[in-house]
Amino acid sequence: MDRTRDKVLPVLAILAGLVVVWYVGAMLLNAPFQRDLDRRAGETRGTVEFIGKTLSQPKPTLPAPHQVAANFFENTFLRKITSNQSLVFHAWITLSSTLLGFVFGTALGIAIAVGIVHFTSLDRSLMPWLIASQTIPILAIAPMVIVVFAAIGVTGIIPKSLISTYLSFFPVAVGMVKGLRSPELTHLDLMHTYNASPAQTLWKLRVPASMPFLFASMKVAVAASLVGAIVAELPTGAVAGIGAKLLSASYYSQTIDMWSALVAGSIVAGLLVTLVGWIGRLVDRSMGARPA
Amino acid sequence: MRWFAPSWQALLAVVLCIGAGLLGVMSLPEATALAQPAASIAYPWAASKSLIFDAILISAAFSMMRVPPAVAALALFAGAHLAAWLLLSGIAGFEGTALAPFYLLMAAAWLLAWRCVTILSGLKPTHRLAKTLVGLLIPVIFGAWLLIIWEGVVRGAGIPFILLPPPSAIGARIATSVPILAADVRQTIFKAVIAGYAIGCGAGFLTAILADRVSFLRRGLLPIGNMVSALPIIGVAPIMVMWFGFDWQSKAAVVSIMTFFPMLVNTVTGLAESGHMERDLMRTYASSYWQTLFKLRLPAAAPFIFNALKINATLALIGAIVAEFFGTPVVGMGFRISTEVGRMNIDMVWAEIAVAALIGSVFYGIIALIERVVTFWHPSLR
Repeated sequence: MDRTRDKVLPVLAILAGLVVVWYVGAMLLNAPFQRDLDRRAGETRGTVEFIGKTLSQPKPTLPAPHQVAANFFENTFLRKITSNQSLVFHAWITLSSTLLGFVFGTALGIAIAVGIVHFTSLDRSLMPWLIASQTIPILAIAPMVIVVFAAIGVTGIIPKSLISTYLSFFPVAVGMVKGLRSPELTHLDLMHTYNASPAQTLWKLRVPASMPFLFASMKVAVAASLVGAIVAELPTGAVAGIGAKLLSASYYSQTIDMWSALVAGSIVAGLLVTLVGWIGRLVDRSMGARPA
Repeated sequence: MRWFAPSWQALLAVVLCIGAGLLGVMSLPEATALAQPAASIAYPWAASKSLIFDAILISAAFSMMRVPPAVAALALFAGAHLAAWLLLSGIAGFEGTALAPFYLLMAAAWLLAWRCVTILSGLKPTHRLAKTLVGLLIPVIFGAWLLIIWEGVVRGAGIPFILLPPPSAIGARIATSVPILAADVRQTIFKAVIAGYAIGCGAGFLTAILADRVSFLRRGLLPIGNMVSALPIIGVAPIMVMWFGFDWQSKAAVVSIMTFFPMLVNTVTGLAESGHMERDLMRTYASSYWQTLFKLRLPAAAPFIFNALKINATLALIGAIVAEFFGTPVVGMGFRISTEVGRMNIDMVWAEIAVAALIGSVFYGIIALIERVVTFWHPSLR
């Protein structure tokens, strides 16, 4: 009961507040256009009717929540998932390249972290560039990566997932460096007294100790990976995916479609983060971690 | 063998060198010249071939003698970069004709540079200036070799210009199109990014203070903020362009939305950071909420706030550039990137990226410097 009062209630209240703000915003933003329409049609409406009209335009400046919800429901559940109107179809395209990029990125990040922990020269020379690499707005060159790969005949999922890889390796690398270095000196000394080789120390001490760090950074990485996949779909007229849906909707000013694509992207992001967190808890438990 | 201290990088470099020597012919024109001794055919490295071998072999051998590490590092540095420079300058005009020995020599020179970095990172200079210098030199050598290998592979293999231009061409492009780049930077960075960054971070900070005062708000906002930071917020870019028009205002709006939530979440977390003891102390001083906030809790939250500022620095650049893909006046970094890709001027695209990376790094660096000054008391900096 306490939990409900302390945690759920405030969140629900804020969300309800957001919906109210959204409705008011929709009314205010759509009102000028509606007034224009009415003037041209020579109609005069009562306040309530006018407000109703602002919330049911076909191409509003800001669609009302119920319009987005209806569109989302229609495009998710009522269409065949093979049709290119279906959000499930687009979400799947984006999700597949997100996951591929995420797997590559995580593997690359772990490899870099293992290298950095084991070679001093790599630590001193690579680490600064790792940080610098993230100041490059890689999303900005996503279009070029796609174009270049298309030029040498590689299209489809690989170039898109490369963008995701680039965005997701960094959090994993940084988190894993921290994690692999997290064992205490006494534990490392103990491994030393056992005459353990570096590989044995890595597998039996460093890797188990790094698991919480790995999953914390994988949560960040999977979200970044999704952003990468969506942006990679924007340029060069990608035909499918949430990013392509956003772009085509913005060309035809189908605002409701745009918002429901955004909602779909957010739901995918939420699911991915939850899934990673859930696997993390599972791994933690199977390795005998006690809740702190 | 007291004078001999082998290292695997140097030994492997020597092996690669011998391999290159055995293979002999370094480029296609050279093979033609050998086949027709009568005809005078120009070929790369006609004069400098022996010098390249000498530079690599001598510096590798010298580095394995028992000499002071600094001297060995200097010799390796000179040998590796002399060889690389000769290799790269020799191939000019003969792009795409290199054969295996070219790559072997390149790899040998790279191994020497690696050995040099390894020796340097083993150095423990006592003088502070020397320490800073070595700390800077190591990553600089690494970065330089990224560029050297890029240049060598692109020119040696003759990769088409539109796929991947060599760094030298990108540098030349930057030098010749400074006015365009400056105009783009003015539009994207000085108008959109700075305005959006200030608004987003400021609003996030103020909301965090508000949420700190009203605990109901905090408990409601924090989970939502955490969730939103995982969402692809960049997707609101087309909507903002629709609302605020093509000019920089819409980009600033995207940037401020993207930077708002990291700031909010980090500041709220940071404000909870000060210990009970300190807060109790403030209470015994009868200090008001605002006094406690400014004298204890904000300073304690500073590392978190700076963390958000750093995260936001990169997010802001990305937000502004991506938002420009959705519509913009005919100036701006995102606009330039998307149009020059269409016109296959890939070197211009890379020039924009280099400028963006430079600005991003400088932005990040400035914030890190300010952080050093403000949070000098923090354990990670002491």
